[in-house]
Amino acid sequence: MSQKVLLSSKEIHIILHRLACQLLERHLDFSDSVLIGLQPRGTFLARRLLELLETDYKVTGIPFGLLDITFYRDDFRRGDKTLAASSTHIDFLVEGKRVVLIDDVLFTGRSIRAALTALQSFGRPREIELLTLIDRRFSRHLPIQPDYRGRQVDAIGGERVKVCWKENEGEDAVYLISDKA
Amino acid sequence: MSELSVRHLLGIKYLSRQDLDLIFETADHFKEVLSRSIKKVPSLRDITIANIFFENSTRTKLSFELAEKRLSADVINFSAAQSSVRKGETLIDTVNNILSMKVDMVVMRHPNPGAGIFLSKHVKASIVNAGDGAHEHPTQALLDSYSIREKLGGVGGKKVVIVGDILHSRVALSNIFALQLQGAEVRVCGPKTLIPKYVESLGVRVEPNLRKALEWCDVANMLRIQNERMDMSYFPTTREYTRQFGINKPLLDSLDKDIVIMHPGPINRGVEITSDVADSSQSIILNQVENGVAIRMAVIYLLASKIK
Repeated sequence: MSQKVLLSSKEIHIILHRLACQLLERHLDFSDSVLIGLQPRGTFLARRLLELLETDYKVTGIPFGLLDITFYRDDFRRGDKTLAASSTHIDFLVEGKRVVLIDDVLFTGRSIRAALTALQSFGRPREIELLTLIDRRFSRHLPIQPDYRGRQVDAIGGERVKVCWKENEGEDAVYLISDKA
Repeated sequence: MSELSVRHLLGIKYLSRQDLDLIFETADHFKEVLSRSIKKVPSLRDITIANIFFENSTRTKLSFELAEKRLSADVINFSAAQSSVRKGETLIDTVNNILSMKVDMVVMRHPNPGAGIFLSKHVKASIVNAGDGAHEHPTQALLDSYSIREKLGGVGGKKVVIVGDILHSRVALSNIFALQLQGAEVRVCGPKTLIPKYVESLGVRVEPNLRKALEWCDVANMLRIQNERMDMSYFPTTREYTRQFGINKPLLDSLDKDIVIMHPGPINRGVEITSDVADSSQSIILNQVENGVAIRMAVIYLLASKIK
């Protein structure tokens, strides 16, 4: 197994600020907008962006939710393992809102497809945008593209992208891991 | 642990502590789903479930059917009253006929103890026992424990008394297994004729006095007198039963603590429990019914994910 650093802590810091600014550019005061992080791994990125927007850019009171997509996945019973769910916390209606879905890595696009379906249970949003830290190019199974991306990466099938967060793994970093020696 | 250790839910006896925890955690997620404006998830789109009821049921059948539909499964219902069972068909033949229509899971209630276990050995589908005679009613015990966990924060270390007709009760047996598995202490209380002879071999103490039982416990699970299963007289009159083993407001208020009151339904108001107790703030009877759907969704989801 070999691993290569794709993004360092400093690069992640800069990218987070850029993403926050891009969100601000389109959503201004976020009066009609909500941020929703995808469970489990997208929630770290979503919380970071929310924090940045609140502390550095003084936008407060943005509705913030966490969405679990387990029951909407299209691979139920197709693997060996039971799909374990995480919790969903969305205590507002998304009806008529501009929703920003946030996840760490965009790979096949299947999770986002599931998230779009799951979100319908909370109302009919005015629009849904997608923000991801890593966009794995040429690996999509579905016609889904991000509106905001941190970094575009070319990774082949056997490689994995691992996103680490200070609050969970002890450091901010993104690695490209290859199982071949 | 993210997987059940069993392929069928035949009884609590066959489950591990980890299984219970997994079912409860999964039920937490489904409870949140049930609070949404659209209370349905697409997980079981390609699963067909047959609800086969050889015995009457309203609550359990509705609860299972709703759980299945909330998971997007296709559902067929079958009651013995309108079926070929009356014409002499055997259980295995009945079920195999249903399965030949490509059914993946069978939820069955049957008057004979062990019917589900028997069936699981002879058919391919995943079996969920929705009550087999006086043997087990696992989903009821799961939702009872889940409701206690929700109300009191946990089941371990709690004292639970089951009051009433223990002899004919599948709810009592499943509850005893489930509560003990989670480290709760269980006692039973009722007329001596309605207490099974060897119940103490399960580690359950018999408390013949209702007041003493209530003073001891944190939770009282009041069972219904099952007249339909009684082939002889077990106590002189209903009135005498109520006087000795029925719970009423003055008795509840005379205790020096607030105990939790449960009842698996259907309630015989004025017999084992008075209306003012059943409708009091200490009663979680309707929470039990509400939790029943989330628990059944969890059980069906977890079992369905093992169907290949």
